[in-house]
Amino acid sequence: MEIKKIPFTKEMKKDYTVLVPDMAPIHFQMLRAAMIKEGLNVVLLTDSDPNVIETGLKYVHNDTCYPALLVIGQMIAALQSGKYDLSKTALMISQTGGGCRASNYIFLLRKALVAAGFDNIPVISFNVSGLEKQNTGFTFNYHFIRRLLASVVYGDMLMLLRNQVLPYEDHEGDANELCQRYIDEISEKFYAGKGHTHGEMKKILRRMCDDFGRIPMTVVPKVKVGIVGEIYVKYSALANNGLEEFLHSQDCEVMLPGLMSFCQYCIFNSIEDHTLYGGKAKSAFIYKIVLKYLCYLNNFIIKTVRAHGRFVPPEQFAELKEGGEEIISCGCKMGEGWVLTAEITELIRNGYTNIICTQPFGCLPNHINGKGMSRKIREKYPEANIVPIDYDPGATRVNQENRIKLMIAVARESLSASADGQGSAKISEKVK
Amino acid sequence: MYRIGLDVGSTTLKCAVIDESGTLIYKSYERHFSKITEMTSKLLTELQSRFGDKDVSLTISGSAGMGLADACGIPFVQEVYATRTAVNTFMPDTDVVIELGGEDAKILFLDGELEVRMNGTCAGGTGAFIDQMATLLKVAPDEMNDLAAEHEKIYTIASRCGVFAKSDIQPLLNQGAAKSDIAASIFYAVVNQTVAGLAQGRPIEGDILYLGGPLTFMSELRRSFDKTLNTKGECPDNSLYFVAMGAALSGGDALTDLATAAVRVGSYTSEGGYRSQPPLFSSQEDFDKFRERHDSHKVEIDTGDIGDGEVFIGVDAGSTTVKSVVINKNGDIVMQRYAPGGGNPVGAVKDFLVDFYNKFPTAKIMGSAATGYGEELIKNAFTFDFGLVETMAHFTAAKKFRPNVDFIIDIGGQDIKCFKIRGGAIDNIYLNEACSSGCGSFLQTFAEALGMDIAAFAEKGLFADKPVDLGSRCTVFMNSSVKQAQKDGASIENISAGLSISVVKNALYKVIRARDGKSLGENIVVQGGTFLNDAVLRAFELETGRDVIRPNISGLMGAYGAALYAMKKSKGASTTANAEKLTSFTHTASPSVCKGCQNNCRLTINSFEGGRKYISGNRCERPITGKSGGGASKYNMFERKREMLEEYKPKSGTRGRIGIPMGLGMYELYPFWYTFFTELGFEVFHSPFSTRKLYLAGQLTIPSDTVCFPAKLMHGHIEYLLKEKPDAIFSPCMSYNFDEGEGDNHYNCPVVAYYPEVLAANVRALKNIKFIYDYVGPHMKKSFPEKMTEILGKYFSGISKKEITSAAKSAYVEYESYMARVRKTGLKMLEDARADGYPIIVLAGRPYHIDPETNHGIDRLICSLGAAVISEDSVSGLVGKVKTNVLNQWTYHARLYSAAKYVTQNPDMNLVQLVSFGCGVDAVTTDETRELLEDGGKIYTQIKIDEITNLGAVKIRLRSLFVALEGDDA
Repeated sequence: MEIKKIPFTKEMKKDYTVLVPDMAPIHFQMLRAAMIKEGLNVVLLTDSDPNVIETGLKYVHNDTCYPALLVIGQMIAALQSGKYDLSKTALMISQTGGGCRASNYIFLLRKALVAAGFDNIPVISFNVSGLEKQNTGFTFNYHFIRRLLASVVYGDMLMLLRNQVLPYEDHEGDANELCQRYIDEISEKFYAGKGHTHGEMKKILRRMCDDFGRIPMTVVPKVKVGIVGEIYVKYSALANNGLEEFLHSQDCEVMLPGLMSFCQYCIFNSIEDHTLYGGKAKSAFIYKIVLKYLCYLNNFIIKTVRAHGRFVPPEQFAELKEGGEEIISCGCKMGEGWVLTAEITELIRNGYTNIICTQPFGCLPNHINGKGMSRKIREKYPEANIVPIDYDPGATRVNQENRIKLMIAVARESLSASADGQGSAKISEKVK
Repeated sequence: MYRIGLDVGSTTLKCAVIDESGTLIYKSYERHFSKITEMTSKLLTELQSRFGDKDVSLTISGSAGMGLADACGIPFVQEVYATRTAVNTFMPDTDVVIELGGEDAKILFLDGELEVRMNGTCAGGTGAFIDQMATLLKVAPDEMNDLAAEHEKIYTIASRCGVFAKSDIQPLLNQGAAKSDIAASIFYAVVNQTVAGLAQGRPIEGDILYLGGPLTFMSELRRSFDKTLNTKGECPDNSLYFVAMGAALSGGDALTDLATAAVRVGSYTSEGGYRSQPPLFSSQEDFDKFRERHDSHKVEIDTGDIGDGEVFIGVDAGSTTVKSVVINKNGDIVMQRYAPGGGNPVGAVKDFLVDFYNKFPTAKIMGSAATGYGEELIKNAFTFDFGLVETMAHFTAAKKFRPNVDFIIDIGGQDIKCFKIRGGAIDNIYLNEACSSGCGSFLQTFAEALGMDIAAFAEKGLFADKPVDLGSRCTVFMNSSVKQAQKDGASIENISAGLSISVVKNALYKVIRARDGKSLGENIVVQGGTFLNDAVLRAFELETGRDVIRPNISGLMGAYGAALYAMKKSKGASTTANAEKLTSFTHTASPSVCKGCQNNCRLTINSFEGGRKYISGNRCERPITGKSGGGASKYNMFERKREMLEEYKPKSGTRGRIGIPMGLGMYELYPFWYTFFTELGFEVFHSPFSTRKLYLAGQLTIPSDTVCFPAKLMHGHIEYLLKEKPDAIFSPCMSYNFDEGEGDNHYNCPVVAYYPEVLAANVRALKNIKFIYDYVGPHMKKSFPEKMTEILGKYFSGISKKEITSAAKSAYVEYESYMARVRKTGLKMLEDARADGYPIIVLAGRPYHIDPETNHGIDRLICSLGAAVISEDSVSGLVGKVKTNVLNQWTYHARLYSAAKYVTQNPDMNLVQLVSFGCGVDAVTTDETRELLEDGGKIYTQIKIDEITNLGAVKIRLRSLFVALEGDDA
């Protein structure tokens, strides 16, 4: 039986509610604002009721990656909740393309919708590769794209600052409050058709740095943990059982690499394909320009943070790539691919030597880039303290937290050893 | 000052007290039977009376102690970390620690770079695993050790997780293998599991320390480690207490008031609570009505009335129990028995028959039939008239209770079997995959851990107010969910109810993959021992929203169906061994290995009185007839493809030797690369098809224990090639495969594409050789020579682009010609088999599924069942691009869809899909293939394969398929 694709038309745009899964809370609030500006009535799905998982298990093949199961479960649970007028509701899901099974999310969603009796709900594919062109109600334009990119830049910056301030703030809640204030401010700007120009971005980013820098903090040495992994599980508290919060409760500082590096990685891969395998030079040329522009945007963050001097900025894409290439080829491009490995090394280089690699159970790229590269990473960076954690509907928090606690215990030891002035390199030596 | 450490593990509670001089002055060890807070509090009170007048510090460790410690404000230290602290203090020369606990396995590398490893969430328990296996063998865990000491041989038992191992062991038991050999094999499985899962390429050498319960209590387990690691490890004094001692040592100067701690722990219940679901029964009245309804579905049982004397025997030799019935012509059960198999169904059946003959000397046996795992053995031992596949037996019995039955679900000890009935025939069969099996026995194992029997345990849940929501995952995961729930304060009642509901959810959503209960059918019959528990039955009715039928002989249905079948097929006389014959009946079983082919089937030779023999464990007829090639086995395209690959023999070359691992994509691309490098003047050779031995040789360097088996095998292939000392090893990375125009794109899956990266990063010896794992793109025919010139220039000097261009040309020609030969040969075989009247099975998977170690000889098994085996690539080109509801973007998978489409156009063909465990891509393809086939009116059959070698379940699946195809309605 062939499943019909219901297009999302211009007509629908007027009065439909578009449900979007919330992957990274900071970024997505601003992305939502950018879409609202385009006339889409977007609602972010933040429901994390157990029913979400149950619904996912019911309608998605249980061996499918956990993110698909959650996102689809969340959407169907929302449709079943009675909160939305089903004759005026559409869904949006991202579609990356590429050799990972994640490219299939939208198809799995459509199958699940048919099974759940929601055949008439249109599904919008969020992609920049020109897939699924039937959705005339959802199109890109110059300003929209710029606002989307601005959301990524602002989001990365806010996440970075919030994470570096929160563990040390004197008054609990300051960092989160400031973060939310900025999200609201930028959303307002977007609604007013502002906030996306380079000039504005630079100014706002600088102000963010200053404001976060002014939050009263007491900086004591803490265990610094970097989180990498499958993109949804890495960011979404629903998927990773509130990992960030848990780490904060264990008195750790958390660093999450930004969304921009993933965007750059996606663009870069098309260039690399041409380098490795040949083919038409024209599209590679265009991708190079896009990549250059993304790097230019990312530089706003890097330069601002550096100039401010207090916080750790992300690396330039070139540095990130170089660090990754020492471990794995940049031809390895499915799922999070080489950028996952590269981010681990970036984190280590910047002092976040304790790494949690989050992966959905059975995630194929992660067998290669996460677990598969651990050994090689440790050969180059002996101080690396990496723990892979599997996430899926059956994995329990007790198991996950126990493994993370082991990592933290080892990290604490390194921390106190370096506090004793022995330097972190020595800790890995055997204490006899 | 005394420092106290508590180790609250998954099954035991350990305590160590260390004085100021660092001496262990007190220790205790007990099982806590999941009453963690109670036992801990009691222990603390005891310690208080013993050390209450001294200054003490208290630190908790252990997986079950985490939340407890946090909530009660007692310092906590992670258990692996505690172990390390203790080892550094008491055994400072240690290089590697291997610690097995109740449910954890850990390796600590202390020498040089510190590394600590714990088993992943999928690896299952180890101590608990051994306990489970002991239960299966019906011995106490310590008896296992004595048994293992007497072993003569080692069987291959999957070491991936407990559930897999179970499905390996059960058939061994059923085939009559010696318990001592099985016990020893279980220990080796534990060793392999630990080593393969945790070493991850780091050599285990130097001073090795064995810690934890299993390694302390079982000398044979230590010996198995010693032998495998080729070393002599030490199990120190107090090896049970290292975590507790480490916890004690981690204690600071802060003093603890034990009395307060005891009170706090005692009154601890998690504030968070746990996820719960509605109760099974709201009132006694509710329950009574339910019982009344179900009591009405019955056949007369144990009547002792043989009517006119003509009776029929049915035996269901299941995986853990043997069910036997004798019925009279009315279908009433004259006598029945539900006996534990204990690994020897022959003995149980003999006892039953003897008893029957004694009780009813006048009865005349008119027919007999056996079913279940032990079908063949029983049939041969007692010369029964018929044998039938289990599914058929259950269907026959269910019809007796509800003639218009349209769905049957059977949950037994080890398996879940469900099937749909359409038009009076079995239409769709669902068996649990190796990964989620054992639901019934899980209830039992859990009951036993709490010191209860299964019936009493299940009953506890009937009136539970807030059953725990444990989800629907495999049993290993459920174990830790239960742990979590206990931590969160769930009562035994609520856990019991939760487990019963989980069993049902597992069956519905994992095995059957039902969206809701209504889609199953209208007339549902449930059976199997597990449904004897009212809690499970009720959970099933609630979950499906249907009133179902549970026959009063729910546990005997297989046997009853067999007896009914015997009655129907009876020819008026029976060959069944009579009372006289039984007096001289003898049975001995001896193991053997078939050397007929690479599968090296482990055979069991059963000898009966008078020289009668029955051989089991074989995949094909060779060990019995002494030759292969009979019947359908000449139509085996898998075999033929292997032969075709073997035709590419090394030719000596001037530029050196290149070794290629025969795994993953190379199973198809070898002709291409062989020709390419041979033309360039290299001598090209490949590693042999995989064997168990080859796999084990590489298992030490596998970094991810959940990656698919074909990928794991690559490590063994590399080890083989390294031994051959070639000038280079070639194993390229390939994002893309050739574009065959059958899909929307032509990717390789991530594992096939990039596994060489993993090999390079984890097999250290590859650093000392030219290991060529560059990214290549033969799909870009034009740029390929240029790119290849760049790549090869990095490794060899003096290979010109001209030479490469010419070699590439030949390679493309040879590849095309090879693929064309495959298609032609396959089609010819198909036509010949069709002309000979054989049913045709398209055994569809990936190119590497033709590897005999990967497919476990399933190709041969299908042939032995009387069907021709054709590969998917033989027919995939015969239909155009198939329209799918998923993104059809992988080359291999596109063939799968095409092959499925083709099969639907041919009445004499069916498709069986091979799926490697852990294949993420197949989560997408299986549902799609099923839809394609079912839309075309075909039955979808899937076989999940991993390291496992158990073919029992596979055989049931295939035989049921054949029965369904024949439309035999019994």
